[in-house]
Amino acid sequence: MTPALDIAVRHRLGDFALDAAFTSDGRLTALFGSSGSGKTSLVNVIGGLIRPDSGHVRVDGETLVDTERGIVLPKHRRRIGYVFQEARLFPHLTVRQNLLFGHWFVPHAQRKPAELDKVLDLLGIGHLLHRRPGGLSGGEKQRVAIGRALLAQPRLLLMDEPLAALDEARKAEILPHIERLRDEAGIPIVYVSHALAEVARLATTVAMVENGRIAACGPTADILSRPDLAARPGAPEASTLLAAEVAGFEDAFGLARVTTPAGPLTIARGTLRQGQRIKIRIFASDVMLSLGQPTEISALNVLAGTVCEIGERSGPGGSTVNLLVACGEARLAARVTAKSVALLGLALGKPVHAVIKSVSVEMP
Amino acid sequence: MTEWLSPEEWTAVRLSLVVATTAMLASLPLGLGAALLLARGRFRGKSLLDAIVHMPLILPPVVTGYLLLIGFGRRGPIGQLLYDWFGIVLSFRWTGAALACGVMGFPLMVRAIRLSIEAVDRKLEAAAGTLGASPVWVFLVVTLPLCLPGILAGMILCFAKAMGEFGATITFVSNIPGETQTLPSAIYTFTQVPGGDAGALRLTLISIAISVAALFFSEWMARIVGRRIEIE
Repeated sequence: MTPALDIAVRHRLGDFALDAAFTSDGRLTALFGSSGSGKTSLVNVIGGLIRPDSGHVRVDGETLVDTERGIVLPKHRRRIGYVFQEARLFPHLTVRQNLLFGHWFVPHAQRKPAELDKVLDLLGIGHLLHRRPGGLSGGEKQRVAIGRALLAQPRLLLMDEPLAALDEARKAEILPHIERLRDEAGIPIVYVSHALAEVARLATTVAMVENGRIAACGPTADILSRPDLAARPGAPEASTLLAAEVAGFEDAFGLARVTTPAGPLTIARGTLRQGQRIKIRIFASDVMLSLGQPTEISALNVLAGTVCEIGERSGPGGSTVNLLVACGEARLAARVTAKSVALLGLALGKPVHAVIKSVSVEMP
Repeated sequence: MTEWLSPEEWTAVRLSLVVATTAMLASLPLGLGAALLLARGRFRGKSLLDAIVHMPLILPPVVTGYLLLIGFGRRGPIGQLLYDWFGIVLSFRWTGAALACGVMGFPLMVRAIRLSIEAVDRKLEAAAGTLGASPVWVFLVVTLPLCLPGILAGMILCFAKAMGEFGATITFVSNIPGETQTLPSAIYTFTQVPGGDAGALRLTLISIAISVAALFFSEWMARIVGRRIEIE
């Protein structure tokens, strides 16, 4: 089967060379990397704002760019929705006219009735319809921009750091809408971000961009926990992403019991509901390893497993080691000192107990 | 009012309005094209085009008028073509006055429009492109509406310049009452005859009134358009 996204491009911009190739079937593929790593250039190539020196861009098996065959579709014929960092709403049009802008340009043969009501509901912007962009807040503008891109019936949605210009409260306002979009709209999304929390929460697939190249690409949980990636200079700390389901509560302590592929965990209850499916994230440095079953400790979660991958020594002075522990069906990322590895004799296949404090389990 | 102005004076006022309006409207498509080329075009000879457009602004108006006479007169290369092909005669006609006024107002119009095109955020145009609008549509529904204030300002400037144009007009099409005698020419004529002071003063007042009205009109339009285009 052809992947939803198949991209391999080379492009030179002054001193910067973009040489990126990846494929993805994810519903939301995050291009993750530091500023200046070439993420935006890459989405600009996909969206048609930059014409690459060579390479190809295929979306759902359809070729948009193939320099060898001399195909480079102009941006207005690609049907790729693009949500920019600044909303870029048209100031001379009302919100309604902005939203329907792209709809007017869908070729008649492909045009479906505008699903305006559905999009208004999805993004919660129905009350803004007759306003002008000048009077909207940053978060409202960005939601209108997302709706505008959706109503153009795109085959792919590009989002270039759509939350970067917003404060935390506005981000929290938009994130649930992007999650619904990912799960309900049925349009693959490419999401550019340098914020790991956003990526952990939203992405199904992550492509790590480094100096114009794709350093790694794969399912989000795999990429975030990989010891070799975490050992790279400047890389964010490894973490474990787990899908969890709320199984019960300990009301007296305000805790919730959740089942995860790694085993049962006890976490802070917060606003969780019985049966709710959530995503939890545990940083590698919050995982302690013990050879025997630890007793009389404050940590509530102890999961038995075996060491299944040990990374290179990294960190300041090569003092730390990232490793993976196979617990149940999941692999837990842990970061310990090289000294601990030596003292405990940690090696592949060694049975260990992973100790996780409830307070360090995050819900991104 | 009719008793207040003589029929000749009325004719001059009406002719001036017709000439200035014609000059403004005829300049608009060309001015828009030139402004677009200068603002967005990347081609050899761009600075030459810029210089030619600005020529009427720096040359003495009489020189411009004389050049028009050489080029567009009945015997001139362009004038002869226009006559042979379309039967159009410009010299010593009101259409010639409109041409002279249009040429003189052209650089002002181009300048205003060009500045407003350069001020349009190209990121908005790129966004419109990703939404499926072809370059022509992007121009029509994004660029053009966003530079409407500049276009209006350019039109008013051109109109005002045309209302006051004297040197090039009188050189090219002379000063024929009822045909080419615009307000400034009529005022000039009054000052050349004994006892013409009253007439000159009346036409001067009318000239001031029209100019001020044009200015207010442009301010008013700019406010309406500006209210619609609240720049983010």
